Amino acid sequence: MKPWYARNAAKAVLLALALGAAPLVLPNEYYINILILGAINALIALGLNLLLGYAGQISLGHAAFFGLSAYATAYATTRLGLPIPVGMGLGVSLAALVAWLIGIPTLRLRGNYLAMATLGFGIIVHIFMNETVEVTGGPSGFVGIPRLALFGYAFDSDRSYYYFTAGVLVLAALFCLNLIDSRLGRALRAIHTSERAAQTAGVDIAGYKLFVFVLSAVFAGVAGVLYAHFLSFVAPSSFGFHFSVQLVVMVVLGGMASVWGAMAGAFFLTALPEALRGFEEVDILIYGAILVACVMYMPMGMAGAAAGAWRRIGRWRRGSSGQGEGGHAG
Amino acid sequence: MFAAAAQYLVSGLTVGATYGLTGLGFTMIFNTTGIINFAQGEFVMLGGMMSVFFCTWLGLDLFSAILLAVAVTALVGAAMERLTIRPIQSSSPINLVIATIGVSILIRGAAMLLWGKDTFSLPPFGKAAPIAFLGAAVQPQSLWALAITLALLTALKLFFTASIHGKAMLACACNRKAASLMGISVARMSLFSFALSAFTGAVGGAILAPITMTSYDVGMMLGLKGFAACILGGLGNPFGAAVGGLLIGIMESFGAGYVSSAYKDAFAFVVLLLLLFVRPSGLFGKAGVERV
Amino acid sequence: MPDSSPLLAVSEVSVRFGGVSALADVDFCIEKGTVTALIGPNGAGKTTLLGAITGMVGISQGRVALCGQDITALAPHVRARRGVVRTFQNLEVFANMTVLENVMTGRHALAPYGVLDGILRTPRFRAGERACREAALARLDFVGLADKKDVLAGELPYGSQRLLEMARAVAAEPLLLLLDEPAAGLNTQETKALAGLIARVRDELGITVGLVEHDMDLVMGISDAVTVLNFGAVLASGPPAQIQADPDVVAAYLGD
Repeated sequence: MKPWYARNAAKAVLLALALGAAPLVLPNEYYINILILGAINALIALGLNLLLGYAGQISLGHAAFFGLSAYATAYATTRLGLPIPVGMGLGVSLAALVAWLIGIPTLRLRGNYLAMATLGFGIIVHIFMNETVEVTGGPSGFVGIPRLALFGYAFDSDRSYYYFTAGVLVLAALFCLNLIDSRLGRALRAIHTSERAAQTAGVDIAGYKLFVFVLSAVFAGVAGVLYAHFLSFVAPSSFGFHFSVQLVVMVVLGGMASVWGAMAGAFFLTALPEALRGFEEVDILIYGAILVACVMYMPMGMAGAAAGAWRRIGRWRRGSSGQGEGGHAG
Repeated sequence: MFAAAAQYLVSGLTVGATYGLTGLGFTMIFNTTGIINFAQGEFVMLGGMMSVFFCTWLGLDLFSAILLAVAVTALVGAAMERLTIRPIQSSSPINLVIATIGVSILIRGAAMLLWGKDTFSLPPFGKAAPIAFLGAAVQPQSLWALAITLALLTALKLFFTASIHGKAMLACACNRKAASLMGISVARMSLFSFALSAFTGAVGGAILAPITMTSYDVGMMLGLKGFAACILGGLGNPFGAAVGGLLIGIMESFGAGYVSSAYKDAFAFVVLLLLLFVRPSGLFGKAGVERV
Repeated sequence: MPDSSPLLAVSEVSVRFGGVSALADVDFCIEKGTVTALIGPNGAGKTTLLGAITGMVGISQGRVALCGQDITALAPHVRARRGVVRTFQNLEVFANMTVLENVMTGRHALAPYGVLDGILRTPRFRAGERACREAALARLDFVGLADKKDVLAGELPYGSQRLLEMARAVAAEPLLLLLDEPAAGLNTQETKALAGLIARVRDELGITVGLVEHDMDLVMGISDAVTVLNFGAVLASGPPAQIQADPDVVAAYLGD
């Protein structure tokens, strides 16, 4: 029997296979772009899922961490001429640092002030991206970002970029699964359910919330540097409130406390605009409708609905064959 | 130079009146239900946009158009509470916040669908000629805005202190269980608070529309600045919210005038962040918001 | 060094909410190895005092000391790690975790591995999880819930949820376990079983118990010492028999 602690690694392998096979079922190469963007969004969604689904905090400004990181690596690799890995490191570090600075004062407070703080923060960052033209290039954006190249290998083809990004995503998913399946994961779920009970169990609520917030910003930061070196171009319009909301929708729709749900939600919502081509006027309406409908009828999202169905099947099977062990969704 | 300051002061107070009314709306819903309603800004937007719709497109006279717009928005608020909040009121706070975010996006999307992305303006309420005051050119609309805001605030104050419904709402704010034990229908108060907040927000939108243009997406910024006003005055303090709104309007106006107009929108949010960091209980709130 | 000071000492503690004084100058102590009960009419301030001891309620003045050391300035989770753990009157089990996971969470502070260990699945993590799991199972066995270990806590019947909270609390191996109305909602049979369980917590696990309760049979039957609160102040303190005979206490309960 497989060791219990390696079951997440097994799941990660399955994910890797699924992601690896995806390009093979696509009708043409154009859709690789969608897959890459989907994987990048899934990275952010994984981090946001930890924050929202486990620590129970909402961030309405995650697009800002994504954007700060993208701009940082853009600036570092073009204006400062630094090597790409250094630029990427700077991008991720900046996102983490800013999250830490915002998180310290706001996560001490009871209630969801983080939602407001991140909303305000996201807007301020967006305004600065548009206005500080010398640094960011203003509304027209920042061009000429070098394509990702590591250890001498240049990821010039979209296909190779996809495999790299998918690889990062698999590692990130494994990271999250292992995290959740440990005492930190239990502590987070405890915080989400009852902060007082978590406190009496010795859990440092403020500390853990801050940790998860910074971690979610790191995920967004990694996604940001991958984005910048893929498109070779970044503009403020990608990093506004609209995208922050889309990220929340991805996590809520996918299922707030589910690693798989978050990724599924991300890929789904990345592909949706493609399907909605020609319906641009309605896309805002649809996002709003999805959010409301989800919260009202499917509060555990797609993953929760799937898990609920699975449990019902399990109970029905157990009912007809005697006692058995119940599991819990990954 | 003094004239410039007077100009900034007046325009700051004008826009601040709307922020204050928006913040007041946040506070009323929060007090009665404990929910922060992210859709509040959209009610403000609807007040302005619907006024334009009824007046310009349907040809009603200005006064009736605004009255109708405000009434319809109040209904939208009530519908929001009944259709989307009431069914999930026992959900976790996160779900409630997400629901209000969803509704706000929904309303914005519907507005875009109905009225497009253009900006519109509403004719001013009275004469259009500016009045001279301390060297500044004051638009009469500013005076209308401030006067209407003052009247509305007075009416609300009377309502809360003198009428039984108002006192019932305050009772819910203090202690919902006790209120319901006293025979107050908490559900009805909840509905009423949403309708009243929507009404208040809509008035704020209508009085501002003649001065600054309105469009389908003004709701978000107005809502956030209204929320900043709310926090500045102390979450839970209705008249603190009104004062907070005026202060934010003035800060924004002076900031845009003396520091930089490009970053104008950032001022309110910088204030919001600083408040959350340093004094989350605001100017008039009880100090010591619960710390973990 | 033998410790003759009480395990828990609350000195001159006052708690004010706005203008209302919930606790006024309360002196209260719990001796090591006892079951000490805190009783009083509704609104006397019992739960507030529990909150003041655990740090979940702020004190306007006074001191709280554990084993002679001042813990007044410590955050609730730090006090929990020092050894003061409580259960809740309105059950706060972690409803969407299994029974076993609930108790393992109770043992959070005692699990000897860090975040990185968990992510990388190091041997320290594996050993730590295994030890945590075994200790949690032992506690579940102690309260009699071992056969329900994989059930979602939210699906347990009320009485079992109470037992679960107890198991979760003792899993932390505290010095002091504070029980907030543990018999609320239990029938006579369950209450009797609870009494036995509390005695075993004191005798077998060596945990001192502080008990806030309304059920007089339970209190008088199991306590070594009783303190009576009324209107936020201490009315009487002593062995159960003495308290039962105290005319002030009787008057406070029956009203005058």
